[in-house]
Amino acid sequence: MGIRIGEKEFDKRVEKGLADSFMRSAVTEAQDRLRTGRLKAAEELGDWESWRDLGEEIRHHTMENLDFYLQQLSENVAKRGGHVFFAETAEKANEYIQQVVKEKQAKKVIKSKSMVTEEIGMNEALEDNGCEVIESDLGEYILQMDDQDPPSHIVAPALHKNKAQIRDVFRDKKGYVNNDIPEEMTRFAREQLRNEFLSADIGITGCNFAVAESGSISLVTNEGNARLVSALPKTQITVMGMERIVPTWEELDVLVSLLCRSAVGQKLTSYITGLTGPKEDGDVDGPDEFHLVIVDNGRSNILGTEFQEALHCIRCAACINVCPVYSHIGGHAYGSIYPGPIGAVLTPLLDEYENNKELPYASSLCAACTEACPVKIPLHELLIKHRQKIVEEAKKTEASERFAMKAFEWVASTPSLYNMGSKAASLAMSPFTKEGNISKGPGPLKPWTEIRDLPAPGKERFRDWYNKREKGGRRK
Amino acid sequence: MKKGTIHHQEAFLNHIADRLGRKRRTKGVKRPKWSTLPQWNVYQGHSPEQLVDVLKEQCQSIHTDVEETTIRNLPHVVSEVITRYQGKKIVTWDDPRFEEFGLQSYLEKNLPEQGAEVHVWDENRSREKNIQIAERAEIGITFSDITLAESGTVVLFSDKGKGRSVSLLPENYIAIIPKSTIVPRMTQAAHEIHKRVEKGDPVASCVNFISGPSNSADIEMSLVVGVHGPVKVTYVIVTDR
Ligand code: SF4
Repeated sequence: MGIRIGEKEFDKRVEKGLADSFMRSAVTEAQDRLRTGRLKAAEELGDWESWRDLGEEIRHHTMENLDFYLQQLSENVAKRGGHVFFAETAEKANEYIQQVVKEKQAKKVIKSKSMVTEEIGMNEALEDNGCEVIESDLGEYILQMDDQDPPSHIVAPALHKNKAQIRDVFRDKKGYVNNDIPEEMTRFAREQLRNEFLSADIGITGCNFAVAESGSISLVTNEGNARLVSALPKTQITVMGMERIVPTWEELDVLVSLLCRSAVGQKLTSYITGLTGPKEDGDVDGPDEFHLVIVDNGRSNILGTEFQEALHCIRCAACINVCPVYSHIGGHAYGSIYPGPIGAVLTPLLDEYENNKELPYASSLCAACTEACPVKIPLHELLIKHRQKIVEEAKKTEASERFAMKAFEWVASTPSLYNMGSKAASLAMSPFTKEGNISKGPGPLKPWTEIRDLPAPGKERFRDWYNKREKGGRRK
Repeated sequence: MKKGTIHHQEAFLNHIADRLGRKRRTKGVKRPKWSTLPQWNVYQGHSPEQLVDVLKEQCQSIHTDVEETTIRNLPHVVSEVITRYQGKKIVTWDDPRFEEFGLQSYLEKNLPEQGAEVHVWDENRSREKNIQIAERAEIGITFSDITLAESGTVVLFSDKGKGRSVSLLPENYIAIIPKSTIVPRMTQAAHEIHKRVEKGDPVASCVNFISGPSNSADIEMSLVVGVHGPVKVTYVIVTDR
C-alpha cells in the first residue's frame, strides 16, 4: 500500500470526507467513545500525569540511545536462534522478506495488524511474487476484501465503513448469506480465517515494542489473531519500525499500560504476547524459525532534528480521537496510512514535504492532541514547526510562493484557530509577523480580513466553513 | 540452540549514531533512575483477599466468569464449569500442578467415565497432532503462572508441556488461578521477568498475558466477544495456602 493512500489532491480528499455523512458521524461517535474510555482509564489510575512523565522519559532515553538498544536487541534475538535483518529502506525490507518466502517456498502468508508493513508496501511485494497474503485483524480483513480499501484510523482501520457495507463486501467476496449483525459477521470471519491460520506457511506480525534486554517482541491485541499468527505457522517474520523498542520488561509494562489505556480505555487488551526467538527445543507449537526485520525507511532522518519526538509515538491514536479536524474530514483525507495529528506530523517526515505540504495545516492547533498524548509529544508545536519550514522553503522560490499563500489561507481561515486568538495561533502566523504585528506580514492579509468578516466563525462548523471557502472562489 | 544471524547491523547503527550527532554507543548505557514510578503505587499494601476482590471486580468488565474455591472442592467446581460449557472434548497442559491441586484423577478417570475425551498436550507427539487436538477441543484448561488483579490477567509461560494453543484454539477456556499467584498488576510480573533476564535465565519463548475472552470492536465500534481466540472464559481461583 505504501504510506500514501487515495486521491493525490488534498482538497479532493477533504471534499470526499466532508460529503460522506455516515463516515463523519461514525468517526465522531467512535472518537467520543474512545476518548471517554481513555479519560476514564486515565482517571482510574489516579496519577495519570506521572505516568505520562514516565512514558516521556522512557521514550526520550531510548531514542537518545537507540543504536545501543537496537544492538542489544539484535544480539539477544540471535542468541535465541532468531535472525535479524536491518533494512534501511522499504525495498530492502521487502527484498529480505521475499527471500525468506522464497526459501520456504511459501504460498500463503497470514498477517496480524501491522502499520509498518503497510508503510513499506509489503503485501504487494509478496503478491507480486505469487504469494497469497491474508490479513487476519478483523478490520484489516474487511478492508483487504474490499479491494484494498485503505485504513482510516490506526487502531480501528475500518471505522469509515458501516455494517451494511461490510455485509455487502462479505456477500460479494465470500458468499456470506446472513444479516449485518456484527456478531454474525464476526463469527463468519472467525470460521473463514481459522482455516487460513491452520494452513498458512508463514506468519507475519508487526511489533508494538521490542524488549532489548531479552530480544523479545510484544504484540498488543484483542482479537487473538496475533497469537494464532505466532503459534501456528512454522515460520514467523516480525517487522518493526526501528523506534519501537524499550530497554527492559519494566519499561514494557509502563508503555503497554499507557498504550492500552490511551488506545481503547482498557487496563490491558485481551492479549499482550511477549515472544522471544523461535520456539525452544522441546516446545511443540510456535515457529521453528523466527526473523526480525528492523526498518528505518526515513526514520533516521528524523533523529537529531527538531522533530525527533515524533519517533516517541506509541501509535495509540489518542491524538486522532480528540482531533476536531479529523472528525470532520475523516482518516482518508490525510492521504496517508497515518492520519490525524500524528499523521500530519509524521507523514511529511517519512514521505516528503512536496506531497504532504497541506497536512501540517490540517489542524486547528487547539492542542487537544498534545494534551491527550500519553508520551507527551508536543504535536501542535511540531505542526507549527512544519509550517514554519514549509513557508521558509516556499519563500526561496517564486513559483512555490503561491503555495505558501494558499497554505497560509488554510491557517488563517480555520475558524477554531481564528477564534482561539491564542499563543498557538500567533505562533502559526509567525513566519508572516514582525514584532508580533500581523499587518506587517508579507501578503496574506486578504484571507485574514475576509475570515474576520465571517459571522461567528468560532461556532461555524468546519464543513460550512469549507464550503464557503469554496464558494468564495478562494481557490484559483 | 543454534545461534541466529544478524545482517547489515554496522552501517545501520553507525548511521543512527551519526544522526544523533555522536559516536556509536556499544556498551555502558544504563537506564537512568526514572524520576517517577507511579506503577508501583497501584494497590500497594493490598492483602491477598483485597487483590482477589479487585480481580473479581475487573472480571465483570472483561466478560469473564469467576469461581472461588478450595483445593478440596476444585474438581467439583471445574466439573460444574465443564458442564456449563457442554464440552465433551478437553485439552489441558501437561503440568504437575494438576496433580498437586488434586485434579489429576478427576481428569484422567472421572471425566472420561462421564463420556468426555481428555487430551494432555504432549511434547512427544507431533506438532500437527497436538495442534489438531487443541483445534478440535471445546475446552482448554491451564493454570495461571502469575495473575494480575488490576487487569484480570492470567500470565502463561510457554514450555514443553505448556503449549500456546491450549489457551487459544478451543472456544472455551478455563484458567485455574492459585491464589498465591495473584499480584497487583503487570508491574510485578514484568519485574519478575526482568530479574530472571538479569540473572541470565532464559525467558519462555512465549509469555502470554491473557485478560478474558478475545474480542473486537472493528465493526461500527460495537463490541463482539469471541473473535479468533476463546469466546468464553472462566477463572477458577483456588486458595492454595
Ligand atoms: S502521537 Fe501520541 S497520542 Fe498520537 S498516536 Fe502517537 S503516542 Fe498516541
